[in-house]
Amino acid sequence: MSILHTLRVALRALMRNKMRSFLTTLGMIIGVCAVIFSVAVGEGAKAKVEEAFAAMGSNLLILMPGSSTSGGARGGSGSQPTLTWDDMRAIQNEISTVKYVAPVLRSQSQVMSEDQNWSTSVQGTSPEYFAIRTWPVSSGSPLTQSDVESGAKVCVLGQTVVDKLFGTSSDPVGQMVRIKNIPFQVVGVLAKKGQSAMGQDYDDAVLVPYTTFGAKIQGGLKNYINGAVMIGAASPADTSRAETQITNLLRDRHHIGGTDDDFFIRNLTELANSQQEGTKTMTTLLNAIAAISLVVGGIGIMNIMLVSVTERTREIGLRMAVGAKPKNILMQFLVEAMTLSTMGGLIGLSLGVLGAKVIAQSFGWNTLVRPDVVVAAIAFSGLVGIGFGLYPAYKASRLDPIDALRYE
Amino acid sequence: MASLIELSEVKKTYHMGDVDVHALRGVDLTIDAGEFIAVMGSSGSGKSTLMNIVGCLDRPTSGHYLLDGKEVSRMSRDQLADIRNRTLGFVFQSFNLLTRTSAVENVELPLLYQGVHTKERVQRSKEALERVGLGKRMDHHPSQLSGGQQQRVAIARAIVGRPKVILADEPTGNLDSRTSVEVMALFQALGRDGITVVLVTHEPDIAEYAARVVVMRDGHVMSDTRQKPKDAAAAVAELPPEEAA
Repeated sequence: MSILHTLRVALRALMRNKMRSFLTTLGMIIGVCAVIFSVAVGEGAKAKVEEAFAAMGSNLLILMPGSSTSGGARGGSGSQPTLTWDDMRAIQNEISTVKYVAPVLRSQSQVMSEDQNWSTSVQGTSPEYFAIRTWPVSSGSPLTQSDVESGAKVCVLGQTVVDKLFGTSSDPVGQMVRIKNIPFQVVGVLAKKGQSAMGQDYDDAVLVPYTTFGAKIQGGLKNYINGAVMIGAASPADTSRAETQITNLLRDRHHIGGTDDDFFIRNLTELANSQQEGTKTMTTLLNAIAAISLVVGGIGIMNIMLVSVTERTREIGLRMAVGAKPKNILMQFLVEAMTLSTMGGLIGLSLGVLGAKVIAQSFGWNTLVRPDVVVAAIAFSGLVGIGFGLYPAYKASRLDPIDALRYE
Repeated sequence: MASLIELSEVKKTYHMGDVDVHALRGVDLTIDAGEFIAVMGSSGSGKSTLMNIVGCLDRPTSGHYLLDGKEVSRMSRDQLADIRNRTLGFVFQSFNLLTRTSAVENVELPLLYQGVHTKERVQRSKEALERVGLGKRMDHHPSQLSGGQQQRVAIARAIVGRPKVILADEPTGNLDSRTSVEVMALFQALGRDGITVVLVTHEPDIAEYAARVVVMRDGHVMSDTRQKPKDAAAAVAELPPEEAA
């Protein structure tokens, strides 16, 4: 007896009790629907977090001067400049897992064009900044090493600043702006980056060489970095190692014995991971519910298949009398159980995908239906059919034809 | 010529808890090809057990059973299924048709398990239905057929696999007297085509249509007589014409 025919017999048997078949598959429908839905929402959220952290910069570590204790009072992070330019150079030169290092000195300053002005975050940095933050210019050119060395009065504007000072559709490259009344030439415009996860506008910034920043905008200690240092590790896997190596290097350089560090490192890759932990917990919970639902659905299928075997005892007896082998009977009921569960899986899949779409549209959530999850869900629902259909099918195949024929 | 069915010293014992029930206490029976034999006996006489063993649905506790020259008493379940499929055909008292399944699909069942492909399967099933006079009702479901017609579908199912033996267990038990005789006429016609028919019945007037009557009692063959069978086709002709229903 061919598989195709077995399938036809199974379908006909299931169609005979439409309502019952539907109710039986309900468990599978809910289970698969929940899996598809939860994975879609989870993956969507994950993709969004990844996107947000990628916008901050790749493999990013932020090194900040830490607290210093003076007279028993402990200052907070960044309360004292404790990092020196030598520290920065040492990190650059001595630690192999570090690819780029760039200082970031910040000052909120009024920036003026010919007829407009705007208060924004002016940042003194180095050319490596563009690489660390994977932030190209959309027109003009980024800051160069020679700009830094010569302390040139040049700047690169964020898109928001361009919009405020020059209007939305103009290219200010080559024009002059005044920062703290000092004229700077605009050499480039940063590509639009958008908002951070916290709603901060990345594009509201002006970049100048850090040497110029120190000399003209915010005078300060010559040897100390009055800001933070951005560090780009060689790869995502290297961020944790780089963090440890930098910590050890700086403790050594600052003669710190214990753990009362005078600096602070933020590992954004880890931050991203911990952000995702929250989503993961949610997804795990939903998946657990889905798994339970699938098991319950499987038990429902087993239950109905047992009823079906009992109801059709005479049919089984007759099939055996006319020449069905035990394995034929086993296959017949196994295919029937699999058809039930796979049907449920397919319906659940459609509902899950639909639900994800509806959620995406009405709540603006990110959802992502991965093809491998779809395949896995269908395969798994088929497996549930085999797993829970095996016992009833085996029971049917072991019936004694004489007893089965006599069964009332 | 060797006999088609040869039972020698066949015993069957059932264990019911602590009690052993001896259903067959040593049966010797030889049936030649083309014979029409009726097995009679009261309930508990062992005739059903005998039928089950002859029909390869059950295996004897001891003794030998040669069917068409093959020793079947020690065969596996799968082998017995093959024998039932190709050598035997069954007709039951309660027809045992699949409900909500057309006559053709009921008849083709044995061919499905033989692995006969679709075209030949349908062709042979239709031929079998024509053979039993139901050529015009092939797509009817059992619920749309009378008892006699249902039994004829069952007979078509029994012969579609071209068996050597047809085993009929009280085939007229659920039929009125007229359709009973019609069914017997059909069996006699099959006999003329060389098919061996073994009929279990407790009705003496049905046994009259067989050429040989075996009476069972207490697990033994009590009597084994040959007779001139009554012609069922002629008997049908003598019956008053059926009232239009």
